[in-house]
Amino acid sequence: MRLLNLFKIATKAIILNKTRTLLTMLGIIIGVASVIAMLAIGEGSKESIRTTISAMGSNMITIQPGADSRGPARGSGGDVQTLTLANYETIKEQSNLISYITPVVNGNGQVINGSNNWPSSIYGVNPEYLDIKVVGLQSGSMFTDAEVKSASKVVVIGQTVVDNVFPDGQEPVGQMIRFNNIPFKVIGVLEEKGENTFGQDQDDVVIAPYTTVQKRILAIDHLNQIVASAISEDDAPAAVTQVSEILRTEHKLLDNEEDDFSVRSMEELISTFSSTSEMLTILLVAVASISLLIGGIGIMNIMYVSVKERTKEIGLRMAVGGKGSDILMQFLIEAILISITGGVLGVLLGLGVTVFIEKFLNWPTSVALYSIVISFAVCAVTGIFFGWYPARKASALDPITALRYE
Amino acid sequence: MSKEIIKIQDLKREFTMGTETVHALKGISFSIQEGEFVTIMGSSGSGKSTMLNILGCLDQPTSGVYEIDGVSMKDLSRNELATIRNEKIGFIFQSYNLLARTSAIENVELPLLYNSKVTSEERRERAIKALEMVGLGERLHHTPSQLSGGQQQRVAIARSLVNNPVMILADEATGNLDTRTSYEIMSLFQELNKKGITITFVTHEPDIATFSSRTVVLKDGEIMQDYQNHDVQSAATELAKLPKQDH
Repeated sequence: MRLLNLFKIATKAIILNKTRTLLTMLGIIIGVASVIAMLAIGEGSKESIRTTISAMGSNMITIQPGADSRGPARGSGGDVQTLTLANYETIKEQSNLISYITPVVNGNGQVINGSNNWPSSIYGVNPEYLDIKVVGLQSGSMFTDAEVKSASKVVVIGQTVVDNVFPDGQEPVGQMIRFNNIPFKVIGVLEEKGENTFGQDQDDVVIAPYTTVQKRILAIDHLNQIVASAISEDDAPAAVTQVSEILRTEHKLLDNEEDDFSVRSMEELISTFSSTSEMLTILLVAVASISLLIGGIGIMNIMYVSVKERTKEIGLRMAVGGKGSDILMQFLIEAILISITGGVLGVLLGLGVTVFIEKFLNWPTSVALYSIVISFAVCAVTGIFFGWYPARKASALDPITALRYE
Repeated sequence: MSKEIIKIQDLKREFTMGTETVHALKGISFSIQEGEFVTIMGSSGSGKSTMLNILGCLDQPTSGVYEIDGVSMKDLSRNELATIRNEKIGFIFQSYNLLARTSAIENVELPLLYNSKVTSEERRERAIKALEMVGLGERLHHTPSQLSGGQQQRVAIARSLVNNPVMILADEATGNLDTRTSYEIMSLFQELNKKGITITFVTHEPDIATFSSRTVVLKDGEIMQDYQNHDVQSAATELAKLPKQDH
C-alpha cells in the first residue's frame, strides 16, 4: 500500500519532468540498444561463418607450409617452400583416412578474351578438387588426370570471370582465353556460389591443372597448399593427426622440432574464426557497456540535481510525516523507473537497429534472448546503483533545514 | 474539563556552535488545552522558531518534558517523530509550501499518502471534504499557479486538516498575505477553532494575536507573558470594516 503510494509519487515526478526524464533516459536507451545490436551482429556473423564454412565442405583438411601460427593475421604461407609434390604423393599413399586429395598452387593474373580483361586468381589443382570443395559444373566438364599429367592448357572458370570476359553472353566453353598471356581453352564453368562470409567472391576463380600452373605460370616446384577431405566429418581430427605424423616423418623432423607446416580441419577453422568474431563481439559489447555506464552516471547526475532542486519538497514531505525510508524509496523508485523505461525503449530501439542492419546493410544478425535479458537486468541494477546515492542523500536531509532551503 | 493536548515542563534547547553553547530555550513550561487558539509571539532571536520546531516534532528538546496528546517526545527516533507529525500535527507555512504543478486535491492528499491505514478512496474523500471546509470545493483540480496567495494558503490549511490532527501548527501563516487576505485567513482559522480544532499560531504580528484566545510571548528563550485574551476580535468583523477594494 505504502509502496504503491510511493510508486505513484515517483511516477508523478517523472511525468512532471517529461523532457528531462527523456533526455536522461537517452543514455540508457542508447546503451541498451547498442549492446543488443552489437550482440546481434556478433552472433549473426558467428552463425554465418559456421554455415559458410560447413558449406565449403565440413570434412575438408588444409595443409599449409610454414609453422602453425594461428590467429587472424597469418603470414602468407606462399613464401615458405616446405610443401612439395612428393609430400602430396606420400600422404595420398599412406593416409587411410582421406578420400580425396589435391595439391594446390595459386597465383594472380589477368584473364583476357579479346578486348575484355579481368584480374582474377588461378588455382592449379587436380580433378578431385571439385569433390573436396563440393562444387559442381554448370556447363562443360572438369579436366582429367591425363590432362594434369600432360600439363594441358585447359581451364574451368567461375561465373564472375565468365561475366567479365564474355560480356556478350557467348557460351564460354570451347573458347580460348589468355591468362597472363598464356592461351587456355575453357572446358567448363563452375556452379555459381556467390560471396562467402568473408566477402570473398567464390566465383572469381580460374581452375587449371596444377602441373600447368606450376610450370607455365608460376614456374615453381613447391606447392602452396595441399587440400584433402577426410573420409567423414568425424574422422577429420584423426586425419589431421595422421597427416601431421606422415609429414613429420617425411620432413625428418626431430621430436623437439616444431612442425614446418600446418594441418587444419574445417572444425578448427570454424573455431578460429568464431573466436575472432567472439573477440570482436566482446570488444563491441565492451564499448556498448561503457555507454550504458555513462547512461547510469547520467541518471545519478539528474537524480542528484533533482534532490537538490526539490530540497524544500523533501522537507515538506518529511514535515507531513514522510519517513527517511519513504523519501529514499521515492527517489530510488524514480531512478529505477527511468532506467527500466529506458531499458524497454532501448531493447525496442536495439531490435529496430538490428532489423535495419539486416535489411539495408545485408549483415547477418541474430538476436540472442540472453542479450535482452542481460541488458534489462543491467538496467535495473544501474537504476538501483546510481539512484542509491542521491536517494540516500535525500533521505538523510534534516527536515528543518530542508524546509528553510531556498 | 478539557483535555490537555500539549504539556511542556522546564523545556530547554541548547545548540552548540563551535565552542559556544547557545541557550535558545531556557526552561519553559506551559500547556495547551483542547480547543484553544494560542498565538506564540516574539521577536527574532526570542526562541520562537526553536519552540515551533519542537512543537512540530521536527526537533527534540535538550531537556525537559514535551508531551503531545499524551505521547512523550523523549528519545523518539526520526521515524517515530515522522509518524507523530503525520498523525497528530497539521503544518501551515508562511510560504504555503505546496507542490508545484500538482492539483489542490493532490496537495491535500499528501499527508495521507504517508499513512498506510488510509485507502485511496478514503484519501480522496477526506481531501475533498477538507477543501470544502476551507471554501475551495470548486477548485479541486487547480494547480498552485492557478490560485491566488490566499487560495494557496487555504489549500495548505486543508492539507493540515486532512489527517484530523490534534493540533494545527501555523508558522507566520499570514506573513505573505495582504491585510484583507490575512483577515480572511484569520477568520477561517477562527471558524475552524469554533469547530473545536486546536490551533497554535506562531507570529510576530501583534494584531494577529487579538484574534486568538490566548497569547504566549517569548523573549530571550523565556516566557515573558502568558495571558488569556478576554476580548477576542472577530476577524470577519474586522474584514467588514476594511475599506472596499477597487478591482
